[in-house]
Amino acid sequence: MDMTNTVFMFVATVLVWLMTPALALFYGGLVRSKNVLSTAMHSFTTMAIVSIIWIIVGFSLAFSPGNGIIGGLDFFGLHNVGFEPNEGHTIPFNLFMMFQMTFAILTTAIVSGAYAERIRFPAFILFTVLWVLIVYSPLAHWVWGGGWIAEMGALDFAGGNVVHISSGLAGLVVAIVIGKRKNAGTTAPHNLIFTLIGGALLWFGWFGFNVGSELAFDDVAMYAFINTNTAAAAGVLGWMIIEWVVNKKPTLLGAVSGAIAGLVAITPAAGFVSPLSSIPIGLIGGIVCFWGVGWLKQKLGYDDALDAFGLHAVGGTWGGIATGLFASDSINAIVEHNGLFYGGGIDLLWRQVVAIIATFAFVGIVTFILITIVNLIFKARATDEEEAKGLDLTMHGERAYQD
Amino acid sequence: MSDMFKVEIITRSSADLEAFKMKMAEIGVSGMTFSHVQGCGLEEGYTELYRGVKKVQNVFDRLKVEIVVSSVPVDDVTKAAASILHTGKAGDGKIFVYPIQQTIDINTGKQGPAAL
Repeated sequence: MDMTNTVFMFVATVLVWLMTPALALFYGGLVRSKNVLSTAMHSFTTMAIVSIIWIIVGFSLAFSPGNGIIGGLDFFGLHNVGFEPNEGHTIPFNLFMMFQMTFAILTTAIVSGAYAERIRFPAFILFTVLWVLIVYSPLAHWVWGGGWIAEMGALDFAGGNVVHISSGLAGLVVAIVIGKRKNAGTTAPHNLIFTLIGGALLWFGWFGFNVGSELAFDDVAMYAFINTNTAAAAGVLGWMIIEWVVNKKPTLLGAVSGAIAGLVAITPAAGFVSPLSSIPIGLIGGIVCFWGVGWLKQKLGYDDALDAFGLHAVGGTWGGIATGLFASDSINAIVEHNGLFYGGGIDLLWRQVVAIIATFAFVGIVTFILITIVNLIFKARATDEEEAKGLDLTMHGERAYQD
Repeated sequence: MSDMFKVEIITRSSADLEAFKMKMAEIGVSGMTFSHVQGCGLEEGYTELYRGVKKVQNVFDRLKVEIVVSSVPVDDVTKAAASILHTGKAGDGKIFVYPIQQTIDINTGKQGPAAL
């Protein structure tokens, strides 16, 4: 047990915890005023639902030995999860469990951005319960719990696959299954200052997310710290520049989105690349996500309402590939195969691509099955009348703004 | 001087504005004014709950549309509006038609129907 690491990880854990309320603000500002409470409620209730599921069985399915695909029930109800560090750790095992809980909550909450403004609340709850158990926990096991992706040697520092590709793609699948909002093409955000506050708090919380993923206060953690901030900054600039060129004006929403894009892109790479590498990673992250939320979304015609897919899955995919290009054993000794630009050839790159494709396939198929089942039990799509009046009044019987 | 009329429509705030504007453009209406207003009528109220405190709402958010026409027949406007806003339930709203005495375009100084 190392007390410095332990105190550091406690701080990192509460920082990541803050990211889900931040997401409630970030998403809340992006919807119309008649749906702001419903949208914030998705993030906030996810905190409650996943907190309970995680200590009962979610953590065990993700992190107990089990097999290559899913963990076992050794840690059911936090059995065997005590103050003593787990093998290879220097922090209390139950602190590690709480750190991982905040990831499970955030990931599940990100999904809700895609189906905002039109999902019925009972369907949302059932979907959230099933998704964290059947999609998130096994995927976390693959990458961090000793499953097959970790065995194969693919790198995912803080959750490019587990958190960002999985949540973004799951959102896209649900958005396609429940269909477009009425007037999806003409809706506009109702309060971008909420989105700015939420986005800034996400950036702040991301320091816990990426730096804490080292699980120790060491040189790699400091690389992750610098890289996280640098990529966010580069993401802002990348988005702003491309938007200025393409749309003739740089927007605040674009700048905030660029920060998130840069942060998503650096997530899998944060502890494996140099600070200078994090500049192109963030910059290109901003540019590809601008493409993802603009061109790609329009071309394919889906209604990913708040761009869970366009930011998280597109940015996470770029980040996974970028890790295969820029990873270097001079930054982190854990890197077995250097990235393409650091003399490692494609040894790491192909592993990254396999991990990404596997994540897409698993999350896409299983999420589709889950939302189809949910749809049979509770109708997922709000009626035309509910959608027109807004989910705040029709699902929750309250409104955000009184006269 | 041909007659000018103002058509005032008070309807649901959830009415499909895009479809409404398209329909008006089809019959030749070139401009209109929207306001968000509140009102009550025959539509049944509902209850909001804040920590168990009931707030009975029978005053609803409404959309008010004002259109002034001269060359476009006013009956066309009212018929088109009624057809697109009709849902068959209480709360669809009302349409009022007023004669207009004078219209002045501030920019050009034109008066009467030419100012529309």
